[in-house]
Amino acid sequence: MAPAVRLRALDKRYPAVHALRSVDLVVEQGEFFALLGPNGAGKTTLISLLAGLARPTGGTAEVMGFDVVRHYREARRNLGVVPQELVYDAFFTVREMLQFQSGYFGLRRNEAWIDELLENLGLTDKADTYTRTLSGGMKRRLLVAQALVHKPPVIVLDEPTAGVDVGLRQSLWAFIRRLNCEGHTILLTTHYLEEAETLCQRVAMLKAGQIVALDRTANLLHADRDLKLVLKLDRTVLPESLSGQLVEQQGDRFVLALPEYGQLEAVLGTLRQAGVRIEEMELRQADLEDVFLKLMGQGS
Amino acid sequence: MYGFKTLLYKEILRFWKVLLQTVMAPVLTALLYLLIFASVLKEHVQVYPGVSYTAFLMPGLIMMSLLQNAFANGSSSLIQSKQNGNIVFVLLPPISNFEFFAAYLIASIVRGLVVGLGVLLVGLLFTKLDIAHPVWVLVFALLAGAAFSALGIVAGIWADKYDHIAGVQNFIIMPLTFLSGVFYSIHALPPFWQAISHYNPVFFMIDGFRYGFHGVSDVDPWLSMAVVLPVALVLSWIPLQLIRTGYKLRS
Repeated sequence: MAPAVRLRALDKRYPAVHALRSVDLVVEQGEFFALLGPNGAGKTTLISLLAGLARPTGGTAEVMGFDVVRHYREARRNLGVVPQELVYDAFFTVREMLQFQSGYFGLRRNEAWIDELLENLGLTDKADTYTRTLSGGMKRRLLVAQALVHKPPVIVLDEPTAGVDVGLRQSLWAFIRRLNCEGHTILLTTHYLEEAETLCQRVAMLKAGQIVALDRTANLLHADRDLKLVLKLDRTVLPESLSGQLVEQQGDRFVLALPEYGQLEAVLGTLRQAGVRIEEMELRQADLEDVFLKLMGQGS
Repeated sequence: MYGFKTLLYKEILRFWKVLLQTVMAPVLTALLYLLIFASVLKEHVQVYPGVSYTAFLMPGLIMMSLLQNAFANGSSSLIQSKQNGNIVFVLLPPISNFEFFAAYLIASIVRGLVVGLGVLLVGLLFTKLDIAHPVWVLVFALLAGAAFSALGIVAGIWADKYDHIAGVQNFIIMPLTFLSGVFYSIHALPPFWQAISHYNPVFFMIDGFRYGFHGVSDVDPWLSMAVVLPVALVLSWIPLQLIRTGYKLRS
């Protein structure tokens, strides 16, 4: 079974910038995969190369086993892309856009699926509305619908929830989750790391055109599994025996690293014995944001 | 193939939805030229024996409108799509380079023909116009329309903003179409300008087209054909190459 996406030494140089540096990546069919990274890391470049909107300067990209340059027709038929920019064609209505998009993919009679898409994306009553009058969130959902008209096995979403309110975001993710359950491979980029954390089985992190982390989301989180104990004490000096665990101190606020929950009791015991009073306490687990910031080298 | 048909249909629907601007307006402009030039000159000028000045002017006006609108269609559609970013809707699907090219080209020719037909029909209210050789009329309309449609696609792909399109329109398309014998026979020009006009392919487009209506022309229609056909082919080849290489469309 061909992987949903396979990149081999994929490289992209623009005149001014080396956007992607020999990236290798395999996304298996059925995965819910996130591509994370700060602005300018190369996420959109990677997607553009996959979608044929840009041409690689080195290496290859395949969608469902089809090379995106040599077998671009098959590759594109297997791919649905929700672009990041909120683009629309003001000349046409929602339904017309979906009919055109179906036609571009060679589908003649697609009304049943178009109606289902409209229904699922809450656009049914906007079907005959001109796209220019849609709100930002509706335009975003229309883009999702357009990317799905040909039921592509691989769906790429570039920042799909930017500018979509919370309620709609939930229903959008419910819909995309359903598509994933039905076997579609989902590849998404997002700035909302908690979305990636809850939705995606695997995560790749891009930095300056290179993959700096690629693992199961759980493993990535586990790699930085240290619990953080945040304490506000009645003094600014920590008992000597705890200084080895100190990660960060700001006045009377201390952040201690705990290798495991069992250590919590020992720390508290030490503090009690030293007669230190705890004013505030918080136990924090690493989330994807911590991992992300650590890898991106921010704050260092 | 269905992808091509859909794109062609969408491109035709695009200008059809704004008919007032894309068809009615240019027909009205041509009508104004007809009223002004014909009323001023019809008593004084007779270019070909037995052909009134108004009847002489008509094919020129039709061809000029056809060319200008064939150019305007592809160029404005592409620059708009590029500026709005919705060009991705036609770049993401499995449409081949040739289908992409052909859809934009044919839609632009259709726009040119619709406007040309509009000018013809309105013109018939003012003058009697026979069509001596309908085949020549059709051949020159199609070839000239293709040439300027192709130019429009090139301009639309190349331009980064509307200004660029307006520049091409004002500094290339307008002079080419005006200095081509729309309003006069080039035999009426001083020898120097007459010679210059022979380097303007639009002159041959209009002269051959005019032959189709009146059966008389400044040069032999086959000569016009021999100029216009290669011009149309070469001009069509350019946008096809641009699309193939992804110039300014696929980075």
